[in-house]
Amino acid sequence: MTRAPAGGRIGRQRGGPSAAPKIPGAHAEPIEDTMETVERVERTEPEPVIALRAATATLGARPVLRGIDLTVHRGEVVALLGANGSGKSTAVRSVIGQVPLTGGSVALFGTELRRFRDWARVGYVPQRTTAAGGVPATVREVVSSGRLSRTKLGWPRRADRAAVDRAIELVGLADRAKDSVSALSGGQHQRVLIARALAAEPELLIMDEPMAGVDLASQGVLATTLREQVANGATVLLVLHELGPLEPLIDRAVVLRDGCVVHDGPPPEAVGQHALPGHDHVHPHAADEPLRTGLLT
Amino acid sequence: MEFLQFAFMQRALLAAVLVGVTAPAVGIYLVQRRQALMGDGIGHVAMTGVGLGFLLSTNPVWMATLVAVLGAIAMELIRSYGRTHGDIALALLFYGGMAGGVMLINLAPGGSNANLTSYLFGSLSTVSEGDIVSICLLAAFVVLVTLGLRRQLFAVSQDEEFARVTGLPVRALNLLVAVTAAVTVTVAMRVVGLLLVSALMVVPVAAAQQLARSFRATFVIAVLVGTGVTLAGTITSYYQDVPPGATIVLLAIAVFVLLTALAAPLARRRARAAAPPATEAQACDVAVPPAAAASGSSAGTGTDGDGVRV
Repeated sequence: MTRAPAGGRIGRQRGGPSAAPKIPGAHAEPIEDTMETVERVERTEPEPVIALRAATATLGARPVLRGIDLTVHRGEVVALLGANGSGKSTAVRSVIGQVPLTGGSVALFGTELRRFRDWARVGYVPQRTTAAGGVPATVREVVSSGRLSRTKLGWPRRADRAAVDRAIELVGLADRAKDSVSALSGGQHQRVLIARALAAEPELLIMDEPMAGVDLASQGVLATTLREQVANGATVLLVLHELGPLEPLIDRAVVLRDGCVVHDGPPPEAVGQHALPGHDHVHPHAADEPLRTGLLT
Repeated sequence: MEFLQFAFMQRALLAAVLVGVTAPAVGIYLVQRRQALMGDGIGHVAMTGVGLGFLLSTNPVWMATLVAVLGAIAMELIRSYGRTHGDIALALLFYGGMAGGVMLINLAPGGSNANLTSYLFGSLSTVSEGDIVSICLLAAFVVLVTLGLRRQLFAVSQDEEFARVTGLPVRALNLLVAVTAAVTVTVAMRVVGLLLVSALMVVPVAAAQQLARSFRATFVIAVLVGTGVTLAGTITSYYQDVPPGATIVLLAIAVFVLLTALAAPLARRRARAAAPPATEAQACDVAVPPAAAASGSSAGTGTDGDGVRV
């Protein structure tokens, strides 16, 4: 498979003809080879950032992943799409070791997951509707915990505190930093979770449904934040229910159905009213609910 | 202030302060991960340790610590592995521990339920020099862990899955919280008793939550409330002939009620200033309203029930 332009830091061509071409019927095909021959303009790294091969996983007795190949290269923005229950959340959670694989392999930055220790390179945004726990905590306290992948068991230094402040600023919550997260709206919770992932200044962002239950204003902030990260060379794997406002950022879409990859290529064309700019996708059966429904009701 | 002249009272007050500090310091992490009643379970298990201490004629505090630590580790492992029948396993552990304690202490030479009562409900006046040394050492361990590793324990208790992806040793930290909670239970057992230990871990934290917006403030207020009520309860039980454990817990609950009443207008003002908070629901992609089936319009969206928890 072809990767996105290797010198992707600046001058990426989004959505243009150079975006990764579609691979028909990709799900059974091996996704390696050709990579070795692609020239690297900068930052030579022979290995893909994420390499999930022939991955199978079960939840209870139910097979959720039935042999998935998923490769994400440096600088790429890959969306994992599919209906509920198609296995997309399980797929990303297996990439970070939260779901054990029953077969196949995962490697991050060329290191087999079992031996991978460099977690500061990975920023993870789990699927949550709230950033709050059982005890009050401020935005800053929650975001600070994202920095632990660098400080580990040590004490935070000045640089760590500055990184936390930057992350809070990136998601536009600087004025709420000292507020309790339980006082925030659903979209602001999601921004806190993303700031927490950004606090470690990761090279790879893995996000599970970052747009779920997020109001329009926050969707805009999140899209901007993500665009800045991508412009700075970040690699992104995100689970989405639909492409929505992130569509222009996405290089490649991988669509899952019943635990198998059924599409790996350019993002599927949105049709009908879904294609209208700024369309906020609300499912018909949820249409009579207030807009910020989704997870929150 | 004449009570300060008595050695037993000095020991009692020292023990009370240490309990007032350590119990909420551990309890805040238990409350944060919504395991507020774990301390209660550890207290039950520790009874077997007290019984063993009597039976083997060793110091009941150390024996209770040993058994409580083992019990807490077992509870943590059951929590992290056995999701399905976890609560039944915990029930077996709790009641087995309690019954074991009663049985062992009755088997012990000269042991009776009267000995047990002082451990169940606390007995400040009988705190010995040896007890105080043990309590000081154990309390130092608890303070060291809960303050020194507060960032890491906060992260693990706030969002365990995220903490694992930061590369923190989550399993070890979880076990450390369990062990620290067990140690706290035995620190507190002479003061408030095994049956009321959990109250001192939870109620000051719950009281602090009414006022605080940050974890740090919750921690500080909880420790202040804990220390305040243990000291006040101990002194009250000196002047009035009332059991110290019960006095301390009732005082803590009174503080909780008072702070809740004070905080209500404050909370209303904050609520007006901010949007409504999110609910606790998790792992939904799109909530499916119950009326969806009636409309018949959900076909074709590809969202079937799988994986949707509403």
